[in-house]
Amino acid sequence: MEVIYITMGVSVLLGGLFLYLFFRNVKTGQYDDIYTPSVRMLFDDELVKEPKKDKKQKETVEKKSTQ
Amino acid sequence: MSDSVCYHCGLDCGKSPVEFNDKCFCCNGCKTVYEILNQNELSCYYDLEQNPGTIPKEIQGKFDYLDNEEIAEKLIEFTDGTTSVVEFYIPSIHCSACIWVLENLGTLNPAILNSLVNFPNKTVRINFKSKDTSLKDIVELLTSIAYEPYISLEDADKSAKKVDKTLMYQLGIAAFGFGNVMLLAFPEYFETEGYWLDEFKYMFRWMMLTLSIPVVLYSAKDYFVTAYKGLIKGILSVDVPIALGIIVIFLRSSYEVIADIGPGYFDSLTGLIFFLLLGKVFQQKTYNYLSFERDYKSYFPIAVTKIVAGKEESVPVQDINEGDRLLIRNEELIPIDAILINGEGLIDYSFVTGESEPVYKGTGDKVFAGGKQTGGAIEIDVINKMSESYLTELWSNDIFNKDIPKDNIKNLTNRISKYFTITIVTISVIAGVYWAFIDLGIAANVVTAVLIIACPCALALAAPFAMGNMLRIFGYRKFYLKNDAVIEEIDKITHIIFDKTGTLTTNEANELTYVGDSFTTKELVAVKSLIRSSNHPLSRALNSYIKVDAAVDSILKYQEVVGKGISGELNNLQIKIGSANFVNATKQDTLNTTIYIKINETIKGYYKSKNIYRKQVASIISDLGTNYKLSILSGDNDGEKAYLQSIFPKKTNYLFNQKPQDKLDYIKILQDKGEQVMMIGDGLNDAGALAQSNVGIAISEDINVFSPACDGILDASLFEKLPTFLSLSKKTIRIIKWSFRLSFLYNFVGMYFAITNQLTPLVAAILMPLSSITIVIFVTLMTNLFANKR
Repeated sequence: MEVIYITMGVSVLLGGLFLYLFFRNVKTGQYDDIYTPSVRMLFDDELVKEPKKDKKQKETVEKKSTQ
Repeated sequence: MSDSVCYHCGLDCGKSPVEFNDKCFCCNGCKTVYEILNQNELSCYYDLEQNPGTIPKEIQGKFDYLDNEEIAEKLIEFTDGTTSVVEFYIPSIHCSACIWVLENLGTLNPAILNSLVNFPNKTVRINFKSKDTSLKDIVELLTSIAYEPYISLEDADKSAKKVDKTLMYQLGIAAFGFGNVMLLAFPEYFETEGYWLDEFKYMFRWMMLTLSIPVVLYSAKDYFVTAYKGLIKGILSVDVPIALGIIVIFLRSSYEVIADIGPGYFDSLTGLIFFLLLGKVFQQKTYNYLSFERDYKSYFPIAVTKIVAGKEESVPVQDINEGDRLLIRNEELIPIDAILINGEGLIDYSFVTGESEPVYKGTGDKVFAGGKQTGGAIEIDVINKMSESYLTELWSNDIFNKDIPKDNIKNLTNRISKYFTITIVTISVIAGVYWAFIDLGIAANVVTAVLIIACPCALALAAPFAMGNMLRIFGYRKFYLKNDAVIEEIDKITHIIFDKTGTLTTNEANELTYVGDSFTTKELVAVKSLIRSSNHPLSRALNSYIKVDAAVDSILKYQEVVGKGISGELNNLQIKIGSANFVNATKQDTLNTTIYIKINETIKGYYKSKNIYRKQVASIISDLGTNYKLSILSGDNDGEKAYLQSIFPKKTNYLFNQKPQDKLDYIKILQDKGEQVMMIGDGLNDAGALAQSNVGIAISEDINVFSPACDGILDASLFEKLPTFLSLSKKTIRIIKWSFRLSFLYNFVGMYFAITNQLTPLVAAILMPLSSITIVIFVTLMTNLFANKR
């Protein structure tokens, strides 16, 4: 059962690692704004260059497909 | 696509929309924004949301002051010479398309390296190459696409706004300690002898002790500090029994481990601290984008245009001196008391009085700080120092300068905990004395056990969770409170005071009545046709008031003089519509705003515009009148007194022609009589009263922009909900009182174990979290239940 020394050590170390990560995230401001990134990740990266004409139709199709 | 809805902002375009690219726009401003975005391949903006935009405002010359380096320096957060960082507060951020277009600013101005939106705070942080572009260019760009940043004196004065994250760190440490200690404590709950546990339990115990040290010393340190501070002042706040409990649990547990007696109560200890901190976090609901501390500074511009030897020059507001000549353009605020020298002033004092109708001022008249010029540019001569002006004088009142410490000590929890602490200490002493006759060792055990089990975790958690939850519920319903203590203050209110203009009445809709000679149909048609061409709010109101069909004939010699009126010729009728001054009439009605009509050199009469009362004012008043004493404090004349008397209860006090200072004094007098006063107002003239009252609620048509310092902000459209909010606050306090009883019940049970010397770590580990969790669940469910009923 001496293995328990290792498992206890590992479990506390793991906990400590997460604690460290939590501290770092708080410090870098990851929890300051928890809304905007959720919207931002859904934006396309490229700007749309095609002409505006059939845009409306495409948009409704897109909307349906996402819903 | 829908025909008459503006493609950009979604407003009704009316009968003659501006058309461009097969799309309708309500005005040229919206069209311009569309053009800018379209040319730069940013039209995706319109795909993200339907009609996402807002109407841009005139900006010409408005931001010239940003070229002044001294001012720009104050706004820029960081610069290394080539790149700079600036953060703007933009009230018009409202949807995901806003985020998208603001984060693609770099496409519109290549010098902008990147921009990052914080949606909840409504801010955008911009990184830009300061060599290639200027602060002014960026602000003008933002304004041209209808995202005008809100820049005020307050921003310039800001000392690094650092958010205190200590609580988050403390919570992290406590969670870490709690989790690990729980794992380590678990095996010993089952007292099985001769098992492998005997070999390892010493290591487990020492690890628990080690893990608890940072939790006690760092996470719980605020409890020791506040308890100590309270004791010095002779106050037994709820932190005293908590701190005492924490110290006792820690010392006794450490002793048990070191002396090899038992595992101690480290699991209960860390759990207790973790739950307490969780309550604190939950309590801290802040509306970052709202400010409850605004004074006149946040209303005022950062800089004004000063005229020196015929040249215009931007100077920071605080550098204005007596005798300076200033240029105030359309839509600019007068920062200081002055005399009008050149031009015609049409001053909107709505920030100051809540009254939105502009007042006419001629050359030589005095204009007061806080007024906004609407119309052409004017020149003014400064007569006072900034700090001595009519408006700012109010802020020199003590009520604004006293740094009133948040009075936690008198709150409900602390009032009860006083008796609680005394009782607990008494019980532990009696139990200790009793056991001392039998066995001294047991006596020590019992005394510590009583202090451990009595540690009022549940008591301390009830109020934060109940109030925190109610604060959130209010927030969803657009009633924003400064902090949770306000709920308790509302519960105690005995007297409610209303401001009239802008509070009981609305700024948005007006009621028109006509006084004068009657029109012929032909004349009325002509008036209507003419008025239709104007976009002024009064013209629009008049247009919908006159119920005839407008003529299709074209109008000749149409002319609109900004801030004065319109004139034109139609069907051989010369028509002038506008202020008394504009048509050369003597103003007969000085109480109300009037629109005079002049046809062929004869003055026919005038329309009088009157503020109308908010919906359901009468029912709200009768609702509140049964439970509270009411007063009306108005800066206006008593013209409406008769109407007010018809809806208010008989005992109501009416005070008219009240200056800001008078309002403040009146509240002070009431408070001296022992009344708990709630003030409901809107303009800056109520600021003193709002600060003096026990609870100051600001009514705001646009909660993001202007509201004076207060304890709560209520969205004007929800004024009718006021009685509901008040009764919900009362219910919250009742729920808290119930949960106190519940937690005392737990304490009785625990006390039985403690006094009879049966408190094992297992009992403590079950009882303490159980009581905390049930209390939290109870108050959360109850507050939601009451809120949903409404």
